[in-house]
Amino acid sequence: MTQKKEFILTLEGVNKTFDGFKAINDLNLYMDEGELRVIIGPNGAGKSTMLDIITGRTQPDTGKVEFGLKTDLTELNEYQINRLGIGRKFQTPSVYVDHTVLENIWLSLEGTRSVWSTLFAKIGSTQRDRIQEVLKTIGLTERANVKAGTLSHGQKQWLEIGMLLAQNPKLLLVDEPAAGMTDEETAKTGELLMSLAGKHSIVVIEHDMVFVRQIARKVTVLHQGHVLCEGSVDEVQNDERVIEVYLGRKKKH
Amino acid sequence: MTRFLNKKEALILAAVSFLILVVLPCLNAFLPKESFFHISDFTITVYGKYLCYAVLALGVNLLWGYTGLLSLGQCLFFALGGYALGMHLMLMIGKLGQYQKDIPDFMVFLEFETKYPETGGLPRHWIPFRSPWFALLMVVVVPALVAYIFGFLAFRSRIKGVYFSILSQALTYAACLMFFRNDFTFGGNNGLTDFKFIFGHEINTAGTKRWLYIASGILLLSVYLLCRWLTSTKFGLIQRAIRDSENRVLFSGYATAHFKLFVFVLSAVICAVGGALYVPQVGIINPSEMGTEKSLEAVVWCAVGGRGTLIGPIIGAISVNAMKSWATRAFAEQWLFMLGGMFILAVLFMPNGIVGLPAQLKALKERFSKRKNGEETPPATPLETPGVKTAE
Repeated sequence: MTQKKEFILTLEGVNKTFDGFKAINDLNLYMDEGELRVIIGPNGAGKSTMLDIITGRTQPDTGKVEFGLKTDLTELNEYQINRLGIGRKFQTPSVYVDHTVLENIWLSLEGTRSVWSTLFAKIGSTQRDRIQEVLKTIGLTERANVKAGTLSHGQKQWLEIGMLLAQNPKLLLVDEPAAGMTDEETAKTGELLMSLAGKHSIVVIEHDMVFVRQIARKVTVLHQGHVLCEGSVDEVQNDERVIEVYLGRKKKH
Repeated sequence: MTRFLNKKEALILAAVSFLILVVLPCLNAFLPKESFFHISDFTITVYGKYLCYAVLALGVNLLWGYTGLLSLGQCLFFALGGYALGMHLMLMIGKLGQYQKDIPDFMVFLEFETKYPETGGLPRHWIPFRSPWFALLMVVVVPALVAYIFGFLAFRSRIKGVYFSILSQALTYAACLMFFRNDFTFGGNNGLTDFKFIFGHEINTAGTKRWLYIASGILLLSVYLLCRWLTSTKFGLIQRAIRDSENRVLFSGYATAHFKLFVFVLSAVICAVGGALYVPQVGIINPSEMGTEKSLEAVVWCAVGGRGTLIGPIIGAISVNAMKSWATRAFAEQWLFMLGGMFILAVLFMPNGIVGLPAQLKALKERFSKRKNGEETPPATPLETPGVKTAE
């Protein structure tokens, strides 16, 4: 696996221990450009910790975390990593509830992020077009001028995905996008993510196996901070070890 | 994006400014003392004090209401601004002090002449304060520097929420203890007082008092406009975004620490300028001004008036202080209980303060009339208060 193929994201031999608990244990993960990768695993498998490590919130104890060919992510902080083109959606929708949907997107558009530039910034016409484009993608055009706090749970999730898109990231990290959604909303979210794959590389963490089945081409199963197996949904679901640690216990899915 | 001042707002602002900056001073200056509408020199100074408090409240609010940073130490900056100007005023007393020496009385009393013989008793860092321009510069520079250093360390270490509040309180308490010490060269617990002149004018004449009042009014108006502008910019949007979802801002590529530091320093400067105008009007600055309870009071003004709005803290500062002036005379012992009670009531029942009261009453009335008309009662929800946002 270590040949010099150009991966967009490389995690190699990553370890992270919290107070003696090994959250991430010799984790290896390679992502191709434009890939849509779904990561599943039982609670405590290290999924969110992995995202924390990629996005700079947590420092790994050892191991290599690289973006593209040579950008070492372990030396950068959250906002620097974001500026490289890595966007992250949180598990609970985090949008700016007091701002309008349009303002939410505007604040997320790619561009300078310095204190001084924001003092005199105005929405330009190209920015306006870009905002409309994003709103159309996430299906919130009609709600552009309402406060984000008044949106439904599902709409907030889409808005947050839209905020990531506005940054035009190379890599999207999406943590449980379908949590708390109705079946219809879940299906729509799946379509949205699938339409984005190819243009962006996407990592989706998910529990809902129906949803995983809808979107997944390649699934990685994490268990105790380690990659248990990788493959298509069918391969993974029929893998003895996976059934034992994960699916077996969650038959109702 | 909200526009910077619409027509209606500008009109109201102009009317209120006219009242504060022109009408009230005229009532003080030109009406005979017997007239019912006459405002005494004492009262105009009290009003001036309220206006300075309102400036302080705007500073607190810029942090708490708009950025979600509950600082319990903003009075430190208010007092530092006051001390910086106070030092200049002390040096302007000249030989008119009790001891009729060139140096301020407390320096004679504390035997600074033997401690600092080479400068005639004046500690070296006091010397440049003879210049009013230097003093005015220091009113801004010293608090800004203190805020920058403290803010830099706090925000870099990601200190948030209640921990930030506690640290800011510790900072002002530590400074307070330091200023209480006589050998800290700022007059110990007596502080700086007995001012005689300000910028070449006698400080206790009716005219000077009126001008200080007008200056306070102009300052409040300027700070209001500054805050109004700032909150209408993209910067203002980010400020409130940090308040509501800091992680989202951070993970959107904004260095939130830089934004918070900017607001913190700006707030410190606003508080400091307010303090600098406060001191010549009350005639004294001492370490109790940076005591923790003073900063808490400023927080109460914001909560009572309505934080997260610009007009709320001004209304809160003026009304709570007007009440204080009355209550400390009528029943001095109970004042602190009243203040605490007001804070609790505001937090529990008026999350948007006085400013939010009309909307709250309207919502209540609508619910009441609905119920009266026999319409379906809504499912049992707790008292309709828009989510009380914590300091987080």
